[in-house]
Parts: sequence; C-alpha cells; structure tokens
Amino acid sequence: MDLTTFLIQCLNALQYGLLLFLVASGLTLIFGIMGVINLAHGSFYMIGAYMAFALAPFVAATVGGGFFTTLLFGLILAVALGYLLEWAFYSFLYTREHLQQVLMTYGLILVFEELRSLLVGDDVHGVQAPDFLSGSIPLGDMMTYPVYRLFISGVCLLLALCMYFVFAKTRLGMMIRAGSTNREMVQSLGIDIKFLYRVVFAAGVAIAVLAGMVAAPVSSVYPGMGSLVLIICFVVVVIGGIGSIRGALLASLLIGVVDTFGKVLLPQVAGVLVYVLMAGILLWKPDGLFKAG
Amino acid sequence: MHNPEILLRGTGISRRWGGLTALDNVSIDVTRGSVHAVIGTNGAGKSTLVNILSGELEASAGSVHLLGQDVSRWSQPRRARAGLGRSYQRNTIYPSFSVLENCRLAAQAMHQQPWAWWRSATSCTKSLQAAQDAAAQAGLQDLLEREAGLLSHGQKRQLEIAMCLATQPSVLLLDEPLAGMGAEETDRMLELLTALKSSHAMLLIEHDMDAVFRVADVITVLVNGQLIACGSPEAVRNSPEVRVAYLGEH
Amino acid sequence: MRAQLPKFLFVLASFAALAVFPHVAGKFGVDLATKIMIFAVLALSLELLVGTTGLVCFGQAAFFGIGAYATVLLSPSDGPASVATLLPLCVLLAAAYALVVGALSLRTKGVYFIMVTLAFAQMAYYVVHDTPLGGGTDGIYLMMKPASGDWLDLDKPLVMYRFTLACLLGTFVFLALLGRSKFGHALAGIRVNEQRMRATGFSTYPYKLAAFVVSGGIAGLAGFLFAVKDGFVNPEMMSWHISGEVLIIIILGGLGHLRGALIGAFAFALLQEFFRSEAIFGEFAKHWHLGLGLTIIASVALLPRGLVGIPTQLLGRKSGARSSGDLAQAASAKAGHAQP
Repeated sequence: MDLTTFLIQCLNALQYGLLLFLVASGLTLIFGIMGVINLAHGSFYMIGAYMAFALAPFVAATVGGGFFTTLLFGLILAVALGYLLEWAFYSFLYTREHLQQVLMTYGLILVFEELRSLLVGDDVHGVQAPDFLSGSIPLGDMMTYPVYRLFISGVCLLLALCMYFVFAKTRLGMMIRAGSTNREMVQSLGIDIKFLYRVVFAAGVAIAVLAGMVAAPVSSVYPGMGSLVLIICFVVVVIGGIGSIRGALLASLLIGVVDTFGKVLLPQVAGVLVYVLMAGILLWKPDGLFKAG
Repeated sequence: MHNPEILLRGTGISRRWGGLTALDNVSIDVTRGSVHAVIGTNGAGKSTLVNILSGELEASAGSVHLLGQDVSRWSQPRRARAGLGRSYQRNTIYPSFSVLENCRLAAQAMHQQPWAWWRSATSCTKSLQAAQDAAAQAGLQDLLEREAGLLSHGQKRQLEIAMCLATQPSVLLLDEPLAGMGAEETDRMLELLTALKSSHAMLLIEHDMDAVFRVADVITVLVNGQLIACGSPEAVRNSPEVRVAYLGEH
Repeated sequence: MRAQLPKFLFVLASFAALAVFPHVAGKFGVDLATKIMIFAVLALSLELLVGTTGLVCFGQAAFFGIGAYATVLLSPSDGPASVATLLPLCVLLAAAYALVVGALSLRTKGVYFIMVTLAFAQMAYYVVHDTPLGGGTDGIYLMMKPASGDWLDLDKPLVMYRFTLACLLGTFVFLALLGRSKFGHALAGIRVNEQRMRATGFSTYPYKLAAFVVSGGIAGLAGFLFAVKDGFVNPEMMSWHISGEVLIIIILGGLGHLRGALIGAFAFALLQEFFRSEAIFGEFAKHWHLGLGLTIIASVALLPRGLVGIPTQLLGRKSGARSSGDLAQAASAKAGHAQP
C-alpha cells in the first residue's frame, strides 16, 4: 500500500470513527448517567438520515434554504423529539430493570421503523451533498479525496470539542457528571434531576440525528441502517467502558481503523474483525478500557 | 502444657494498591475455642485482612494457613469447603427463599453432586439435616418456613450466621455481625457467638467496643494497615499505643 | 405442593392441546404450530441461562444456527440421514461451540458479558455469511430430510409435528427436573447472590459453564428441528436479530418460569400472525411491526412480570414463602436480570 492510499484510508478511518463516536457518545451517556439501555438509539441515526432526505425539498420550498438550513431544521426537530420522548416514554424506564428496558426499547424500534415506513416509505435513497462541498481535493500525484468526507470529520470533531467544553468547563457539565455518580446527592443539592435527564437525553438524540443527517450523502439512506449502527455503537460503548466519553472516543477511532483497514487488507474477514477486537479487549480488560468518567 | 490449636494463621500479610499500602506485614492467629477480634478505625485495613484470609482478595505478600495447610493460593470456594466460613457486614441471604432453603442451599456446598439432575435437591437428607441444625444453632428453628426477606433485621443477621454454620466449618470469619442491631438483638447475638466459641475458631470484626470487650479473648488493633497491638482485652485496653492511636478517638 | 397444582395443570393442558391440535387444524395451522414449538425449544434454552442462572446471553442464535447448519452439512446427499445419529451430533456440535464461547465469556460480567456473547455469535454469523463454508448468503438446502426406519419419516408434516412436540415435551421435562435438582438450585443461588455461593463453597464458574453448554445444546436441538422442517438454512438464522427475538420472547413470557418461555413463544408468534393478518387489518397489515411494537411496550408497562404473571396480578396475590420444593422457579419472584 503506497503512502497516498494509506493516507486516504486513514482519513476514511478517522471519518468513520468520529461519526461512530457521535452516535455512541449519546448511547454511553444515556446508559451511564440514566442507567437506561436504549436499543432504539440506532433508530435516531436512521431518523436523521431520512430527515436529510425528506426535509431537504420541504426546506427548499418553504424557506428557500439549502443544506445547512436543513441541518438546522433537523436539529431543532431532533431536540424537540428527544425532549418529548423522554417526557412521554423514557422517564418511565429509569426505575425499571434493564431487561424490561431492553424489551420496551425494542418495541420502540419496531414502532419507529413502521412510522418511517408509513411516512417516507421503505426505499433506498441517495442524498446529495451540497454543491460547495461536493468537490475533491488532490492528494499526492494521482489521488483525490472528497471534500465532503473531510467536512463530516470536521463537524464531528467540532461537536466533540463542544461536548468536551460543556462537560469539563460548564456548570451543566459538572451537574451531569455528578448526576452520573450520585443521583440522590445531586437531587438533594436542589438540582432538578428530571430536567437534567431530559436535557441529556435530548442532547443524545440530537447528536445521533445530526450524525445521521451529516452521514446521509456518504452512507445513503436505507431501512436497515439503524440496526447496523446500533450494534457497532454497543460495541464501542462496551470497549470504551460504560459512561466514559473518553473511552467512547478511543474505541470509536480504534474501530474506525480496524474496520477500514480490515476491509482493504483482509476483505474476507472484515465483517468479523470488530467483534474479534471487542472479544479480545474484553478478555484482557473485562470492564472496558476506561471506567466511567 | 496444652498447646492451643491454631486453626487459621495469617503470616506477614501485606496488600498494596499501586502506591497505597492497605496492609503492612500483619500477622494473626485464630485458635479453637476463642474469639479473636480485630478492631480499628475506618480504612484501617480490617476488611482487607478478612478478604485476604477468606480468599476473596490476593495478598501482595504473606501467607495464609488453614488447619495447618498453606491455602494462600486457594480460591474462596475451596477454602470454604475446607472449613472456613464467612459472614458479611451487609446481608447476603437469599430474600425470596425460605429460611430453611437458605440454610439448605448453603449446606449443599458440602454435598454438591451436580451431575444428579434427576434427583430433587430436597431429597438430600444430609443437607436438610445440616440446615436444620444450623438454623437451630442460630435460634431460627421456629422460622424455617418464613420467607427470608420478611425477617426482622436481627433475624436476618442470625440467618447470615446460620448460613455460615450450615457447612459445619471449623473457622468463622464474622464481619460486623452486630451491624444495625438494637440492644436486645445485640445481647442475643453475643449469646450466640459465645455459644459457638467452644467448637469453633472465630475471627470477629466489630465496631461496637462494649460487645468486643465482652466476648473477645484476643484483640488485634489495626491502624492505617499496621498492627499496633495484639493481646488480651485488658492488655489492649491499657496499652499506651492503642490509647493514643485508637481508643482515644473512639 | 398445593401452589404447584394450577401451574402443573396448565402445562399438562397445554401439551394435551398441542397433542390433539393436528386433528382440528389444517395444513397451515400444523405448519405454524411446528414452527412455534421449535422457537419454544429455543426459548427454553435461553430461559435456562437468563431466567434461572441470570446470565443474559445475546448470542443464542449462534448455537441455533450451528445446530441447523450441521444438520444440512452432515446429511448425506444420496439418502436420508438417520435421526438417531444426526440429532445427537448436531446437539453436540452446538454444545461444543457453547463450551468455547462460555469458557471465554464467563470471565466478564453484566453488560460486558452480553456483548462478548454477541461478539462470538457475530463471528459465527460471518463465517457462514462470508466464507464458502456456509454457502454464503444464499444458504444451503437440505436434500433429504432425516428418517429413522419407516415410522419416523420427518419429511411428513404430521410426523414432524409429533416429533417436534415430543422434543419440546422432553426438553421441558428435562429442564423442570434440572431446576429442582441440586444443580438447578445452585444456579438459582448464583443468580440471586453469586458472592454468597462462593463464600459458602461453590465454585461458581464450572456451574455457569455447564449451564451454558446445556443451553447451547438445547438451542442446537432447535436448530436441527428448524433445518429439518424448512429444509433450508441461511446465515440470517445466526443474526443478532434472532438472538434478540428469543430474548424478547422469554422476557415477554416471564423470566424465571419454564412456562414463561412457552407462553412467550406462542404469544409472540400469534401476535405476529395477528398483526400480519390482512383479514383483520387489510391494507395496514404490511405495517404489522407497529402493532407488535406497541403491544410489546404495553405488555411491559402493564405486566412487569411478563405474561406468566397475569394470574397473580389479576388476583392481587402477594408472593408467599417458598417451600423447599419449589426453588428454582420461585427464585424469580423478582424477574431475574443481569446487573451491569
């Protein structure tokens, strides 16, 4: 493999890894802080992708906006959806046992899939990247790299930095971190834990939806995309350690590298590599790479 | 002169976690017919010591001998089968089973026969008998059919002890058996412990100083992982090191 | 024992109903019931792990698939295989993989355990999906269905139905006996408080591994039955969707009770048929996932102990003290679950 190809694969790995991180961070937060196993998290990613497809013409017709306006619309809808879902459904799951949460969120997956089927249909769609991001930049003598993929990486990185900032430097972040280790204490300090959970949940949903929207031009939009991303995200969360954002980032990048280079170097076993990696890491460190924090 | 039978001996036990030393070269003997209490402030290393003796934790240095055998490398279940019983500070009873079933399941450890899948577990008279004896020893003979989760706190602590006794161990490691008990329950428990003394070697962790001085024959004092005194209750009470380091703060 | 009578009668009645069912049902009914019973066997295998031992395994599809693939791959192409040799072999192969998976997975706990079992199932999935061994995504056909002499020709639907029923009954009875045995009681103790079991003198790892192997073997039996019934296997049998479905089935039915697995399998399948029925829902029938999903959500919300808990919930009875004779089933007065 020459240097340029290697570089391209590295960029691909980075992009895939960062995208995974976005979706997985919501999952690990929800699980780590609220103790809820949410199988429907992959559905939010799928909803985001279909939103990118379905909203674009609507936004263009009503507001005359383009790609970024669609993203904004989608983001607002996602936050509203997350807020509503938490209030109407997920808030009842906090006291339930994990297996009941599994069952209920599985039911939710089915509901989401059918609602999508009713509203938008079951076809596979492509989504066009906006014109100004559709070009390629040259790499080395003969290769080029799509600008849009760099854009994806950029967006993910930006969001990751925002998350870091919120967690490490703001009061809200501090409350979230405190709430994950000691729910009762945080409540007794007068902090409205219900509101906190709602915010965290809505944020998790919004990030997953945004990831789906941003990824749509590259991954295309198809019915099974939710389940696929869900499983990989669980792998990320488990490798990285439940509740650990740092761990999710490291694990996502690791998986990005293994999956991308695996497809190129060992295509026969590419599908299974990620799982071999997970099994290997867990047998070495049964609690994941990092504990919550 | 009659040599007291040392059933459990910990020699030079140390436990380090990274840079932190939880236990530093602690030795302890538990002899048949006596109660050896271990006292100390919170974080002094008492639980660590008991966990190393029971086999739940591995020592960084030192050895553990049970009934004359070196069991330092043995797992906890193996030590338990060899005669080392352990009760916990927080109840580890099975709340949804009856009192009798709690004890019977514990007794089953000595009569396991896992391959006999066609035979009902309760048809084993040996484990049933051992269970009934243990429950009776702990004073629960009238509560055999009661669901364990419905017992009072004191009764649950008694059940915790009964489950230890069901395997007919020679050595008992008791971690704060009096935790959360009122005066009357404490008296009952101390009577039980005294009654058990003659046939067992007992190691007791307790915070209740009155109880300790009532029932212990030997007291070891741990402070910050170090053994600062070991002797009869009188000797410990009068020891200047102990007064300074521990009893003074109590 | 008196508390046992209604449960015993229920099970007896269920099997009796299943025995006479072919006489009143048509071809479609027999076919559907056979399929449901196969999934009931699979559900029972998982119930042993999840409900009795508290080990939430998310890779049951692998053992199911191995049993199925072994059936097809080991059947000779020129004549029917002998049931007496093929069936035990498939069960053993599935159990062998369970031994490997269990030996490695049981080093982890809680959610991590769930994911490691998933990983091993995915590995098996990709072996049959991506390599020539399993015939790829197209799957493989079973040329001739196994038989044993003239009386047991599994090619005939009614014979297959009765054979499956016999397997289901046999599995149920076996697990019931296992549950009341010392082994079963030990598993229940491990589920409730593994630390106490260890402190008492039980080496818990071998017990859990044994449960894992038995469970894998039974799942392999279900795989054998499935391959024989459909005459066809494909990689999707090993997908995590199947593992998830079996888990859903036993949670829906009610954990900690063998009949929960039975009830769950039938309820889930019948719900699917109900919502898929064009006669009832007309055009909307193709969106049957919606009805199924809402029903699942409602059932968890309203029936925290699963379908099996309906009688006690209706009568408002509180669980009384368990006598020594009813342990493994009673141990799950609270639905068992793995705590991450």
